[in-house]
Parts: sequence; structure tokens; C-alpha cells
Amino acid sequence: MTRPDADAIVIGGGPAGVAAAIAMRRQGVERVILLDREQTLGGATRHCGHSPFGMLEFGRIYIGGAYGRKLESAALQAGIDVRPGHSVVDLGTDGRLTVSNAQGVESLLARRILVTTGAREAPRSARLLPGDRPLGIVTTGTLQSYVAFHGLMPFRRPVILGSELVSQSALLTCLTHGARPVAMVETTPHPLARAPFNWLPRLAGVPFYPSARVVDIIGRQRVEAIRIVQEDGNEMVLECDGLLLTGQFTPEAALVRNAGMALDTDTGGPAVDQDGRCANPLYFAAGNVLRPIETGGWAFREGRAVGTAIARDLLQQPVETAPIAVLHDDPVKLVVPNLLRKGGGPHNALSSFQLRFTRRARGCLMLEVDGRTVFERSGLWTPERRVLVPMPAGVTEANHVHFRFREES
Amino acid sequence: MTAIWRNKENQMCKIAPPGGAEFHDVAIIGGGVVGCATARRFALAGAKVVLLEKGSDILSGASKANSAILHTGFDAPAGSLELELVRAGREEYLSICGDLGLSIVETGALVCAWTPEQAGMLEAIAAQGVENGIAALRVISAATARGLAPALSQTLQAAVEVMGEHVIDPWSAPLAYITQAMALGATVLRNCEVLSGRFEGEWHLETTQGIIKAGAVVNAAGLFGDVVDSRLGFEPEFEIRPRKGQFIVLDKAAARHVPKIVLPVPTEITKGIVICPTAFGNVLVGPTAEEQEDRTRATVETATLEMLKDHAGRLIPALADMPVTAVYAGLRPASEKKAYRIAVRPEKRAITLGGIRSTGLSAALGLGQHALGLYETFASLPAAPDSPPTPGMPNLTETQPRDWQKPDHGEIVCHCELVTKREIEAALNSPLPPGDFGGLRRRTRAGMGRCQGFYCNARLAEMTRGRFEAALDVPGKDDL
Repeated sequence: MTRPDADAIVIGGGPAGVAAAIAMRRQGVERVILLDREQTLGGATRHCGHSPFGMLEFGRIYIGGAYGRKLESAALQAGIDVRPGHSVVDLGTDGRLTVSNAQGVESLLARRILVTTGAREAPRSARLLPGDRPLGIVTTGTLQSYVAFHGLMPFRRPVILGSELVSQSALLTCLTHGARPVAMVETTPHPLARAPFNWLPRLAGVPFYPSARVVDIIGRQRVEAIRIVQEDGNEMVLECDGLLLTGQFTPEAALVRNAGMALDTDTGGPAVDQDGRCANPLYFAAGNVLRPIETGGWAFREGRAVGTAIARDLLQQPVETAPIAVLHDDPVKLVVPNLLRKGGGPHNALSSFQLRFTRRARGCLMLEVDGRTVFERSGLWTPERRVLVPMPAGVTEANHVHFRFREES
Repeated sequence: MTAIWRNKENQMCKIAPPGGAEFHDVAIIGGGVVGCATARRFALAGAKVVLLEKGSDILSGASKANSAILHTGFDAPAGSLELELVRAGREEYLSICGDLGLSIVETGALVCAWTPEQAGMLEAIAAQGVENGIAALRVISAATARGLAPALSQTLQAAVEVMGEHVIDPWSAPLAYITQAMALGATVLRNCEVLSGRFEGEWHLETTQGIIKAGAVVNAAGLFGDVVDSRLGFEPEFEIRPRKGQFIVLDKAAARHVPKIVLPVPTEITKGIVICPTAFGNVLVGPTAEEQEDRTRATVETATLEMLKDHAGRLIPALADMPVTAVYAGLRPASEKKAYRIAVRPEKRAITLGGIRSTGLSAALGLGQHALGLYETFASLPAAPDSPPTPGMPNLTETQPRDWQKPDHGEIVCHCELVTKREIEAALNSPLPPGDFGGLRRRTRAGMGRCQGFYCNARLAEMTRGRFEAALDVPGKDDL
């Protein structure tokens, strides 16, 4: 058998990947390679100019690229073989990766692989938005890359689509970089970000249109106008020079999908068990590729926990147990972990089930394990909010795990 | 001879180059696939060619959106000029693609019958194919068809297998044609709309870039074919009735489920919605066929895109969960009749290649041959060059090694489509560099993947600064 190039290879140098790599080194894993396709580490934090990162993990606040540099120095200090400018183009089921870098293509074999490729916002195409296809339709991530990396702006008078937390961040980016948003448009009746963040449009004097759909994008070369229709049938043409698509994050799981590995259709990311282990036991995943989306701090802690689990897993043969699927009813949108494997250690990397809802709903959320309800909580549940249900003892040994929901009118 | 003119800031100049007033044997109006192929054919025959394109880049009209199939012509009307030119064009493509670095993928096609009524029509389709001179086709059972494409839905009744159908790179091909023409001395003028023309023994074309003189004109103006004919002073013999086609592109993971071009049983109006692998490793679903008045605006509609997605998932269930990578729409230059609308006016030394509604990519090289043949009925050319240069295109398809697999590519800029910095720089510095962002995308595939530029759009904005009149970034008051 070929000698592996590394004990573990981490794909993606954002908070989750770096934290996992450091955790593995601390647990005594010798050869850890961290690959990132960009030239610098940090992942999405590199262009997030407003969000402070690092308080919990490094004890102080870093903004934008500074956090990535801190991650990089921490990784190097921990003895990790950090390789920026390395794009993984194929995942082999046997743990062999095909990697492209400026020198050409190489093949790297590792005993375990961790996928921490993060998430991105859905583009115009995946949202099936109607109309012309002119310049000026970008996502928040793209806008922030224009600003943070190149000092450019893709528009000056955009319409902002979405009202998640990231949408408010996008609005701030506009206002601080010489752009004046024309309006903020959301399909739901309420803004998705919680107070006080959802006050921002009003404070900035940007009109907010809830319950509105984009029915046309007009523009030959560049966006000239957006036509929206509100629930009451009220139609409006908003003159603008761009459309800023915010939120609707989607895990960047194309590598996993293209390799024919199991994806969870609810999260859009790889299906993982309580240790972040995929259906193929050589592969693990952590961070926002698991589900859209969490904070950088959350991704860091999740990465650290999964990294520790990988270190433990490296002491044994890859597990052969087939996992069971965690089931859920509507309007629960997703559950992570979505798999459970029997015979795991006493400490799971993921100590809670994380849930999201598809829509606003009032009712009772229940966890049923082998036909017995072991958890229930009533309340008002809203989309894009984190819901945590602690994993009951012994749940990983169960045969049927099911989240049920009883809606109350 | 350089066709591209740049000012000191390396920006495209809008004025005609000095010498734009010089004499050309033939002016070709329209830089779509037909115009590019015709320019090449005339240049190879020794003509001094000028190509006039109204848009900011070639392939700005009908040619930017098609299904990228190189047809055999098995379903073309028997005895038609269209059939003859599709076959001639395909044959020439297959003979030159190696020299020009153009990839082909021989997928073959399945004409699928999903109802008993459709199954009853398969024998006639096969017979038509045989009559059209396509020997390699046969009616097969549903089980045999699923042996060839296992992901096809169980509702399949039967199919016609057509061998020899190919998918190609629909943008590199015309770019190769025009690049070869340019290597033979052809001039390409973009942002150059023909406003009027008068024939006084030679053509004086009034354009947005001044007067262009030429011995003959070829109208390959696609969606504006009838308009250009009347601007040249002719009574148009046809009327363009734009037919919109919307498409969705599914991500690369879908490709393993679609090894063959999956065609429906055609109707009188349209070949129908095709599910087709692309040379770039994606899967394409479309087009619709929607008549409209507007000749420039090709919008996508949410409901139609959803319909295409459902359609793909119904015929090939494994496609139901595949993410949509891209959506687009194009207009086909259909006319009030199904046939190609070719006209020659020897006394005015003018040729019109009109109404090329859906087989343009396959027939383009054949149309070039045909146009030259028509030209030779009223004029002759000096000797053809002995050994014409064959500038090779960079490979963008998944069937041949890509640039990211070769050393020293700089870095990967577009991660979804694995486009390197070296490829982008090469395109920006090529003999016919892109005139707009769409042109860059077509030449490199940068930004064409699943994230549609989430990761690379800002970088591309920076790399193309000052290159395009329609820039990706919008300077503010403070930045000017």
C-alpha cells in the first residue's frame, strides 16, 4: 500500500478548517496538511469588513483580513503544513485527492480528509430570478470582495434583495462605500434579521418592501430597473443600477457532490454523523459546509470539536458501522448531524442537534427516540434562527430518531 | 494587419482604424457564427474581408445562446438546402476541428418517445434519417435505450438511437473561424452598425464607424437580417419572427446521468426541449420556443425555468435534485417559413443568409461554402493562399487537458470552472480580445460556473479594468 502523504488533509482554511487542524496537532496528529484555494487563509472572514471575529478563540477582536492572518500564524505555529493556492479538484473514495496548484496537478493521499469548504450565497441563476441578465447583479460576498480586495464598487444605487443579518451587513457596506441603496425587498412578511439589526434600513432611510417578489430585471448592459410585486398586487418599478442578492446561503459542497458522495438534501451539505463523519468514513466535514450558516466563532468551535474527533479516529481503523438517518417533519428545515452511528465514543464532536425552520411557526417541537418522546418544547419558531436540542444520552445507539412538530394555531 | 485598435490607455477605440476606408472584396454584416464562418471561407479563398458587428463583441445575438449540438441532419426536411448545408458544415467541422484546436464529444443522441403516440412516430423519424443519408440510426426498445442511458425514466416507451451526433464548444468554434480569417488578413470592426448602403459598382456602407467600401456584401445579420436587407435598399424577401428559447444549465454532477443527447419527438414548430451533456461537463435543458416581437430582449421567466427543471427531473429522475448553475435565453432568427432564406442579387453583388433559425452552429461552415459558391457566380477572387495559418484555440472542454492541469498557470481565478489567470490574460491579449464581459466569459468560461462569480467576479472586475466600455465596476463621484 502507498504511504499516505499525510495523516489528515483539511480542505479549506477558514475558521473551521484552521481550528480543526490545530486541534489535531494538539492531540498529537503528526502530519496535517491544510489546503486553501485562495492565496491567504480566512475564508469568508477575509471580506467581512463589519463583523468582529476572534474574541472567543483568540481573546481579542480582528476585522476582515486580520483574522485570516491570525489564523495563518496560529496554524503555522501549530506545525501545520499550510498550502495556500491549492485547489482540490477531485475527492477519491480512498482518500486520494487531486489537487491543482501553480506548478500543475498533484495527487495527495491522506488517512482522513476534512472538508471545511464553507458556504456561499445563491446566485441569480439558482434563485431562478426572471428578466434580463445584465451586469450589476451580485451577492453580498461579491460586493464585499470588490470593496475589501480591490477598492471597487459593482454599483452605486442597488436594490437589496433579502433581509437576513447578512443583508443588513450588505447595506452597511453600501453606505460606507459610496453607494445609496434604493430599496430593500424581502419575500416574507417580516424581516429575517432580529432587532435591532432589522431597524437598520429605516435608520438609513432605505424603504423596506416585505412580501414582495422580483418579477423582472430590466437592463441591456447594466441593470436599469427592477420590477417587484407585493402580496396585495401592488406593482412597482425601482430604478437602480444593480441588484444585490443577499443571504440564501448554500453550502459549497460541489466537491462532495461531484465525487458522488452522499449529500443531505435539506442542508445541501455533506451528511455527517455525531462526530462530523460522512457516509464514507474516511471523510469528515465541519463549519458552514454542514449547513447555511453560522458565525465564524461557531465554525471555529465546531471545527475544533471535529478535529479532536478525527485525532481520536486516527488511532483506530476507519469505522465500518452504517449510519442511521435522523428524520424530521415539516416545518423543520434541517437537522445537523443528520446521521448517527452506533458504537461511538463517550464524547461526540457535535453535542447538540442543530435545527432550522423553513417558516415562522408556533407549536411544539419533539424529539422521538425509538418511539419515545425524550424532548419537547413549545414556542414560536422562526426561520434562519439557530435551534439547539442537546443530544440525549444513548441517542447514538437508537434505531429511530425523529424530530416531530405539532403546530398550534 | 490589426483589427483591434487601442488608445494609450489600452481602451478599445470606437473610431474606425486608419484604412477603414480602404477597399475590401467583401463586407460581411454580422459577427455571429454564420458571419464568422463565412468570413473564414472568403478569407481562405483569397478575399480581402471585413466583418462588421453591431455589438461590442462577436456572438452578441442569436449565436450566444444555443444548445451546442453539431447535428447530423437526420431530422432536417428531406431534400432541403438546410439538410445539405448542415451535412456540409458538419463534415467540414469534423475535418478542421483538429487543426483549430476545437474539441468534439461524440455523444450520440436518443430521440425518446414518452407516450405510445410518440412511439408510433419513431419509425417515420428513423426512415426520414435514412432518407437524409444518415445510416447510423435505429429504433430501439426502452430497455436498450436505458442500457445506453441508465438514468432515463421508467416511463420511456422506445427511442431512436442516432449515432454521430456531437456536442461542441459553441463559442470557441466561431472564434476559431474568425481568428483564422484574421490571420489571413480579415478585419473585424465591432460596435459597427450598418445604417445604410448604396451600390455604385461597389458598396458604400454607411456605418456607425464611417463609410466602409466593399466589392460585395454578405448579410449574415441574424435577428436583423430583414432589417439589414432593407437598409441595403432591397425589398426583404422574408420577415424575421424572433423565437425565444430559455435554458437552464445543471451542475457538473448531473453529467454522469446524461451520457447522450436526449431529444423529444419533434413537433411541426420546434425540435422541442433537449436534455444534453455539454462539452464543458454540465447538462443543459432547453430550449423553449416562444414567438415574440422584440429582437433584442431575451428574458428568462421563473415559471418557465421551473418547468425546465421539472421536465429534466421527470425524464431523468436523478436530475431532480441537481443545482441549477446557470440560466439563459436566446432568440432564434426564425422567419415566417421554416426554410433557410438565402437570397443572391448578382447585379448588386449581394448575398443574404437569412432565417437560419436553429441549425446555424451545425450549418455555419456549409453556409460559408454556399455563400462563396454564390459569390463566384458573379465575381472571382485572386488565388487562394497556399498553406493557410491554423491558429489553435485554447481548450475549454472537459474532453482534453485544461490549462489548470499544466504547470505555471499562475493561479486558478474561477474556481468553479477552473479557469486560470494565464487563460484570462491570454484571452485579453488575443488577436480578437473580448469586447465585453460576456465575451470574456465565452472565451474563458470564467464566472460561468455554479457560483456565477461569487468568488471571482471582483477579481475579474480588477483584471478587466479599462478593457470594456461596459465595465464591471461603477466608479463613484469621488473615484473619478
